[in-house]
Amino acid sequence: MQFWIVQTLNSIAFGGLLFLLSSGFSLAFGLMRIPNLAHGGFFMLGAYFGAVISRNGGNFWLAMLGAGLGVGLIGILFERLILRRLAGNVQGQVLVTLGVSFIIADLCLMIFTGDPWTLPAPAELRPPIRVAGFAFPTFRLVVLAIALVVAVGLYFLMDRTRLGAMIRAGVDDMEMARGVGIPVSLLFTVVFSLGAVLAGLGGALGAPTLNAYPGLDSDMLPLALIVVILGGAGSLLGAFIGSFVVGFLYNFGIALFPDLAYFILFLPMVLVLVFMPQGLFGRVQS
Amino acid sequence: MNRILGVIVALAFVAVPLVIRNEFYLNLASQILIYALLAVSLNILLGYGGMVSLGHTAFLGLTSYAATLLVTWGSGQLSAAILAVLFSTACGALFGVLALRATGIGFLMITLALGQIVWGIAYRANTLTNGDNGLRFLARPQPFGFDIASAPNFYWFTLIVFAVALFFIHRLVRSPFGAALQGSRDQPRRMRALGHNVWMIQWLAFVFASFWGSVAGLLYVYYNLFISPHAISLQQSAEVLLMAILGGASSLTGPIVGAVIITIVKNVVSTYVDRWNSLLGAIFVVVIMFMPFGLVPGLRQLWARWSKPKAETKSEGAP
Repeated sequence: MQFWIVQTLNSIAFGGLLFLLSSGFSLAFGLMRIPNLAHGGFFMLGAYFGAVISRNGGNFWLAMLGAGLGVGLIGILFERLILRRLAGNVQGQVLVTLGVSFIIADLCLMIFTGDPWTLPAPAELRPPIRVAGFAFPTFRLVVLAIALVVAVGLYFLMDRTRLGAMIRAGVDDMEMARGVGIPVSLLFTVVFSLGAVLAGLGGALGAPTLNAYPGLDSDMLPLALIVVILGGAGSLLGAFIGSFVVGFLYNFGIALFPDLAYFILFLPMVLVLVFMPQGLFGRVQS
Repeated sequence: MNRILGVIVALAFVAVPLVIRNEFYLNLASQILIYALLAVSLNILLGYGGMVSLGHTAFLGLTSYAATLLVTWGSGQLSAAILAVLFSTACGALFGVLALRATGIGFLMITLALGQIVWGIAYRANTLTNGDNGLRFLARPQPFGFDIASAPNFYWFTLIVFAVALFFIHRLVRSPFGAALQGSRDQPRRMRALGHNVWMIQWLAFVFASFWGSVAGLLYVYYNLFISPHAISLQQSAEVLLMAILGGASSLTGPIVGAVIITIVKNVVSTYVDRWNSLLGAIFVVVIMFMPFGLVPGLRQLWARWSKPKAETKSEGAP
């Protein structure tokens, strides 16, 4: 019983982490029409940045903030200096993000070496909460809470603000949005760096459970891809539901059928592709 | 002119083991041919079909693993080779059905995901694939009694397979089917209006590409006598893609030139420093930003500009 409850909780918490990873990825994909293949690298950078800040005496929340801002800055630079020059060349843009992801992975290996870096969870969150005889890991609940706050915040941003309306217009019909005077190229930078900030935050939040290690990027990127294929690019709701579905499949897959975990993960993606190629909540016509 | 150049290049390829006595460099040449075949097969999709696949090394892996397992389980070399290629091509047919549900970036993402599935199975299914440690292939076969254990003989064997493959791929892209494939790349709607089944054309191209990719996989496992998940990682797929883009995806020579350059740079760099992946990423970024059409078309343009004045004087003198 304890096994099922803890695994369920872990799955939900991991789903929250995946939402931080994939919501920005999905929005940028919906708006710019490109999957940022360096997004896993951004997540890994967030984990390393957090670990570095914490090792130099910063507390966990400072580490989280620093990771988000640091990765966000890298996102702005990347979009402004490289992606922008390839505007209109979608295929080139994707391949450039892939090239950058290799550079990030290799530089991290060079700077942080092959040994994993830990980012300890804040001391006050380490003792588990006990309810009805079951121990719940407090930190994972906090991760989930933060993810939910971010989800609500993103929902208000997208649904209730002028900026959100402009982003939605760009996702639905970019030509028309440009035509009515929406500064779409500025939105590109905003959304892309927002995605980077969220990935960085997610990386720092994930570091206490996952650690920062070489290969973290290529472990996380396929998960973000699956979330977006399941949920549909550019859909916040799709990213939200997709994250928790993938969180469950991944966690239980690894716990129950370690040999087939990957297969279990990709199977629903294949089914969705075959029957609903737009994703469950997709808005973008491919 | 082109024909003479072609014959010279072909003779040079045949003569490699006579000139290069050093086993290391000879093996490097074999490696180049294997990757060139992989890049050329990928280029059926990339250059002629306009479909960017990030999972092409999956076929290398499927063939290598299948051949290794079959031989380990006691099958003969020939039947193992045929079955492995068939199995991998059949997987290619299935992958094609899935990937062609989407076009453009969607296609790229699905091939990436499928490639990762194959990698994940190789990496995680320990009982079958021995996980990260990989599998050992028992020994190189002796096709028609021809011993390919030594480096020069293996090179010639690889060259023969490569030449046959290149001939067939050349015929394929020059055939009406090749024209239809390029038409489907440039004007899918017009092709449909003309009564072509665009989906079928692209799917067949996918199957052809996976078949020749599988043949390259067979050569790979014969060469290395070893297969591990490392050979089919996303990095490797991206490397093969880079070979085709760097050399120029619009021709058959482009990917070959790309394979030569990337394989040599990789081997040279790896002997001195550990930072091959950074360099790979940097080459990727630079090539895509500044040389989107690749080296071969770029050099051809230069050649045309250089030889143009001559051509003009000729045409003036002719009448």
